[in-house]
Amino acid sequence: MKRIALVILGLMLLTVSGCGYNTMQANEESVKAAWGDVEASYQRRNDLIPNLVETVKAYAKHEKETLTAVTEARAKVGSIQMSKDMLDNPAAFAQFQQAQGAMSSALSRLMLVVEKYPDLKANQNFQDLQHQLEGTENRINVARVRYNKAIETYNTSIRIFPNNLTNSMLLHLKLKEPFKAEAGAEKAPQVKF
Amino acid sequence: MKLFNRAGYSIYAQFRCAPRLLPAFILFFIFWLNLPAHALDVPKVQGYVNDYADMISPTAKAALENELKAFEQTDSTQIVILTVPSLEGEVIEDFGIKVAESWKIGQKGKDNGVIFLVSKQDKKIRIEVGRGLEGPLTDLAAGRIIDIVIKPRFKRGDFDGGFLAGVSSLIDAARGEFKADGNHRPQKHEKSSRFFTFLMFGAFVMLFLGSISRVFGGVSGAVGLPAIIHLTLLPLSLTTFIIFAAVGLGAGIFLPILFSSGGQHRGGGFWPGGGYYGGGSGFSSGGSDFGGFSGGGGGFGGGGASGDW
Repeated sequence: MKRIALVILGLMLLTVSGCGYNTMQANEESVKAAWGDVEASYQRRNDLIPNLVETVKAYAKHEKETLTAVTEARAKVGSIQMSKDMLDNPAAFAQFQQAQGAMSSALSRLMLVVEKYPDLKANQNFQDLQHQLEGTENRINVARVRYNKAIETYNTSIRIFPNNLTNSMLLHLKLKEPFKAEAGAEKAPQVKF
Repeated sequence: MKLFNRAGYSIYAQFRCAPRLLPAFILFFIFWLNLPAHALDVPKVQGYVNDYADMISPTAKAALENELKAFEQTDSTQIVILTVPSLEGEVIEDFGIKVAESWKIGQKGKDNGVIFLVSKQDKKIRIEVGRGLEGPLTDLAAGRIIDIVIKPRFKRGDFDGGFLAGVSSLIDAARGEFKADGNHRPQKHEKSSRFFTFLMFGAFVMLFLGSISRVFGGVSGAVGLPAIIHLTLLPLSLTTFIIFAAVGLGAGIFLPILFSSGGQHRGGGFWPGGGYYGGGSGFSSGGSDFGGFSGGGGGFGGGGASGDW
């Protein structure tokens, strides 16, 4: 009798691990980890901006509008708090993405304006900032791609059979939103002189 | 081989109570085939200097190889060079991270790898920095190495000088951040420990099943042992699969008998069938030793800088 109970226990253990319970949990954790990287790289960009604005201001006093747009976009981004628990919330996620998108376009306008000021472009401080900004944009890109990959794995793992049964009975995990390409990102910006 | 892989999976799937995963696998394959072909494939890593664009002279190449090898021996940090004739329309940052993800330069856990990537026709340079080196080799430091050290030499057409000076600047920046610790194969270690976890679990299941009936035990051993080896240690060929299946069959039939009847065996430890260890460890060393140079499993997060000349 005891032996049969043990056998049933063993089979149950096997069933739980075979039906995706652990896999789904692990996938959700990797989504959260990937989100951490996304958030950190966006934060890194935000931290660079005051210095960048100051440097540009010293050379390009007439570009007040562009500079104000960057500063405002930064304030907007700073006001949105995106915690890991809000990843299930499509509305909050869309808001976050929209604010960061506005930041990206304000920054690219600024970098276009800069083309008109050769002194500024030759400035060592500005060149350093440019490297840091480029590096940060690249990190954001990498972090976003990896986040989307983690989301894909996670979303698939909660939808396929038999994981979907395990999920609906035990875990109740929700589908999560991936990043979408930013509007206008497919068009290269035009340089006008 | 490919066909057999799939057979291994389906056996494994049955073993784990989910035979209906097969449609998902088929869907995955269809999806995978539909993906657009990449513009530029990541070339194979051959050594520290991978000069696919023929930019470096043989003497400079030998000097670079020696310098980089010596640096890895003292600091465990891996720096590799890759030149490609053209990016074929791809953005250098995207290609750089693809190379980083496939080569896994740097040691696992330390993430101390650097890839110095040059595309000859596009006249583009990228220094891809592993996560562990982002402290000493910031985006800014990498950018300055490109601007001040590499770019002027490349502009003059002095590629050898650019690579030599660039590499020594990278070494100067990265030196001292990590020390070599003699443990050069952490990946294998992890692999075999995963194998033993699965093996323990599998052995318990087999003993449970074997205590109900010899047929159950035998079948679970015959399927389980080769499946575990196949999935955690190394892919098996058909012949080795059958050999391990036979070993597993024997173990599945006889181990439960030993355990249930043999009081005298209890003292001898949990593994009376030493065949498991013998079979497993003989194979595990074959995995990575013959490939020559290889990355140690380092991770990259997109750090580094780009430039052109």
